[in-house]
Amino acid sequence: MTTAVQNLKVGVVVFPGSNCDRDTLHVASLLPGAQVRSVWHKETSLGDCNLAILPGGFSYGDYLRCGAIARFSPVMKAVADFAQKGGTVIGICNGFQVLTESHLLPGVLLPNESRKFICKNVHLRVERTDIPATRGLNKGDVLKMPIAHGDGNFFADEEAIARLEKNGQVVVRYCDERGNVTAEANPNGARNNIAGICNERGNVFGLMPHPERCSEDILGNTDGFRIFKSLATL
Amino acid sequence: MQKEVTVKTALDHGLNAAEFESIKKHLGRVPNLVELGIFSAMWSEHCSYKSSRVHLRRFPTEGPQVVQGPGENAGVVDIGNGLTAVFKMESHNHPSFIEPVQGAATGVGGILRDVFTMGARPIASFDCLRFGHQDHEKTRFLVGGVVKGISMYGNCIGVPTVGGSTRFHECYNGNILVNVMTVGIARRDALFFGKASGLGNKIIYIGSKTGRDGIHGAVMASDTFGEESESKRPTVQVGDPFTEKLLLEACLEIFRENIVEGIQDMGAAGLTSSSFEMASRGNSGITMHLDKVPMREEGMTPYEIMLSESQERMLLVAKPENEQKILDILRKWDLEAATIGQVEDHGHVKLLFHGELAADMPVDACVDTAPKYERPMQRPAYLEKTAAFDTASVPAPASLNEAFFKLVGSLNLNGKRWITEQYDTMIGLGSVFGPGHDAAVIRVMGTNSALAVSSGCNERYCYLDPYVGGMIALAECARNVACTGAKPLASTDCLNFGSPMNPEIMWQFSQSVDGIAEACRKLDVPVVGGNVSLYNQTGEVAIYPTPMIGVVGLLDDATLAVPSFFQSEGDAVLLLGDTLNEIGGSEYLKTIHGHDAGKPPALDLTKERNLINALMELARKRLVKSAHDCSEGGLAIALAECALDKKVGCEVDIQTALRPDVALFSESQSRAVLSVAPQNLKAALAVIAAHKVPCAEIGKTAKAFAVKVNGKAALTADIADIVKTHGESFEKTLFPQ
Repeated sequence: MTTAVQNLKVGVVVFPGSNCDRDTLHVASLLPGAQVRSVWHKETSLGDCNLAILPGGFSYGDYLRCGAIARFSPVMKAVADFAQKGGTVIGICNGFQVLTESHLLPGVLLPNESRKFICKNVHLRVERTDIPATRGLNKGDVLKMPIAHGDGNFFADEEAIARLEKNGQVVVRYCDERGNVTAEANPNGARNNIAGICNERGNVFGLMPHPERCSEDILGNTDGFRIFKSLATL
Repeated sequence: MQKEVTVKTALDHGLNAAEFESIKKHLGRVPNLVELGIFSAMWSEHCSYKSSRVHLRRFPTEGPQVVQGPGENAGVVDIGNGLTAVFKMESHNHPSFIEPVQGAATGVGGILRDVFTMGARPIASFDCLRFGHQDHEKTRFLVGGVVKGISMYGNCIGVPTVGGSTRFHECYNGNILVNVMTVGIARRDALFFGKASGLGNKIIYIGSKTGRDGIHGAVMASDTFGEESESKRPTVQVGDPFTEKLLLEACLEIFRENIVEGIQDMGAAGLTSSSFEMASRGNSGITMHLDKVPMREEGMTPYEIMLSESQERMLLVAKPENEQKILDILRKWDLEAATIGQVEDHGHVKLLFHGELAADMPVDACVDTAPKYERPMQRPAYLEKTAAFDTASVPAPASLNEAFFKLVGSLNLNGKRWITEQYDTMIGLGSVFGPGHDAAVIRVMGTNSALAVSSGCNERYCYLDPYVGGMIALAECARNVACTGAKPLASTDCLNFGSPMNPEIMWQFSQSVDGIAEACRKLDVPVVGGNVSLYNQTGEVAIYPTPMIGVVGLLDDATLAVPSFFQSEGDAVLLLGDTLNEIGGSEYLKTIHGHDAGKPPALDLTKERNLINALMELARKRLVKSAHDCSEGGLAIALAECALDKKVGCEVDIQTALRPDVALFSESQSRAVLSVAPQNLKAALAVIAAHKVPCAEIGKTAKAFAVKVNGKAALTADIADIVKTHGESFEKTLFPQ
């Protein structure tokens, strides 16, 4: 049985250059009973939020390296403290890059193998379902979800990858529409087709694809809303 | 000591001797160098429309839906729910040819500013690109660079690029076209205008610092390319989408507080055009202290400050009591801002630099009395030859299938995934239909409605008959919008032509304007804004006339949107409209037979109006499953395109008195291919008949793709092969691995 999180309070962190913050707030607000607000990067506390989302975008223009400057924003100290206390943190696309740059998640997102920005629908196989973001899903589920990034090529050294796999920290992997994890289904060259990972504790989750972009019927795909619904249930 | 200004200085600035005399008369003295520089920018073709103004007047610009017509930063139409759509198209052709990445990027930045300066949040961009022949030495480099520039800027600022058109022709070998259109949404009661009014109000400069980049870009855009164009690279500006994103959010925050009296983007001719145009619209004067302008480089002169085209800058006017609030908001967004002057009632723009008068010019002398020419016109000689071409003289191809696949894979007709996948097409959560559909459909957040937008132009039609070509450009965009079920509301244009000094080019221009104007009138889609780009020629070689059009339409209910693609097998396939012997100017005639000749297809605007009305009613009653415009490549290509998305083909039989190749590839106008569920067929046919639209039930959607002509097999293909050829040939042709 799943029940709605009591008093779900979603904070969407806005860095200069974030550009999916409004989309993320919109979709989070579709969750029954959810209160949503944006958290400006100069804020030093997440207040009473019980879910923090780092949205997609180009924080600080991605000029140095994606997410590399955002990690020095005052709010990131608050995000780290929140995560440390077990709070649920989700990073989408640029948010994922900020989480790796902040060392809240391991690895790094390199430029796509094609060296081009890629925006298209991909398929993801769900590998783990006991963390807040995926607990409403089943292992092996295939989700259709758009990516839109220039730097989504997940990389970590052999040892770190082995550790991620052994700990079950790979949450979603690029696959074909039947769920087969193949090289052709890997859009950006990510190691082991990794699309999203969590920390060891499972409360911090980052992914390159955009669940907020496939969360409403009018857009023809609601697979992403399953992740939002998971976050709103216990 | 300042150099003395002579007629030679004026000529070096792109002005002619008569214009220099006129300047002296208006000023009552010889201008100094700063003043001359300002005149040359304001009187450039790019800023003053001096060759085109007498013609543009013929566009219909009014209607109950129009909130703001031409003359402002962008056009505005009412879309219900207290909201408006704000949109405009602009060119960045010359800079993009010289430096494609930055040229295209700053083109996107410029049009976005034009839209958000009106108080609108941009929700979608469209790019209409024209490149030279696929084998021309610069084409690959330019395609790659332009797409990268658009991608870099649009993706970073977070406005989806959801449509447009990309075509190739050797006439663009020396002059590519990069036209970008942006659509935004603003509250009807919260629109902002580029006006400096209110004596004593503050002039506030916001955005990036001013550097020496882009000095005299407007003058460059008003000249023919020659050998020395490469050396003009330093006049191309560099774009910073991150700063523009901050500027966008800061401006929208300022607008929400309602603490600004007027605002304008510093686009072409930078601080010059923004200050003069705002003072002109406000019937006021302005005094500015140029030493207070935030500068990126040391030692900049008043001349350089006034003519810099550094990007991501705006000029705004605010009451003194709101000045601090505005500066505080800009500080929050880490943006440069400085109060650099105030609104006066002296009717002049006075520029001071460290306390000394650097320029003093009457606003009307610079704006209202800008030259206006009725350039001579002459019907081009080539038309005798092209019109005399007998299309019946081309042989029927040995294999229709082979010709069909060649067309499916040709650069003007094949899929542009290589381009569109580099654009963020989904950000903003509005993209109900993205690239590939007849029109993009973007929902209006917070309402049930959606906008449908289509843009493009067939330059070959315009070359063969600029009047008919102009009409078709407008009509096809309107038809595309109607295919989704939306009502076409209004249009914007970007008129790309060669040198206005050539009477034949001016004739093309005038004819195109008349054709567009006629279509606008008959289809009730007034022009609410636009742009003219002349001098698109290298030496004596001009581009084909390319009046790019963008049409915006409204769907009251986004769930009514009709896709372009067949949805499932077993539906009836209908062909609306008449197919005539019209392969003149067609893709078929060019790609298969190598001719740019004949007359373009005829357009009957009454038939077009009827078709559009039928398409809208069919959608409103939810009677069609798909609707697709039948245009370039003819019926054969239209049927192939219908199969792309869901991989659903059709089995059809076309009854015709025409030659099979003509029946398949004729580009007769005012046609559409529909698919209708069997249970709705009777009702759909009744609607179509009520609108007096010719209709043939030609077959059914199916697993295969089989087209017969008069019962005889003409085209047979696997859908997979069509999808593959359509999807892969662009990259294979231009960027083979």
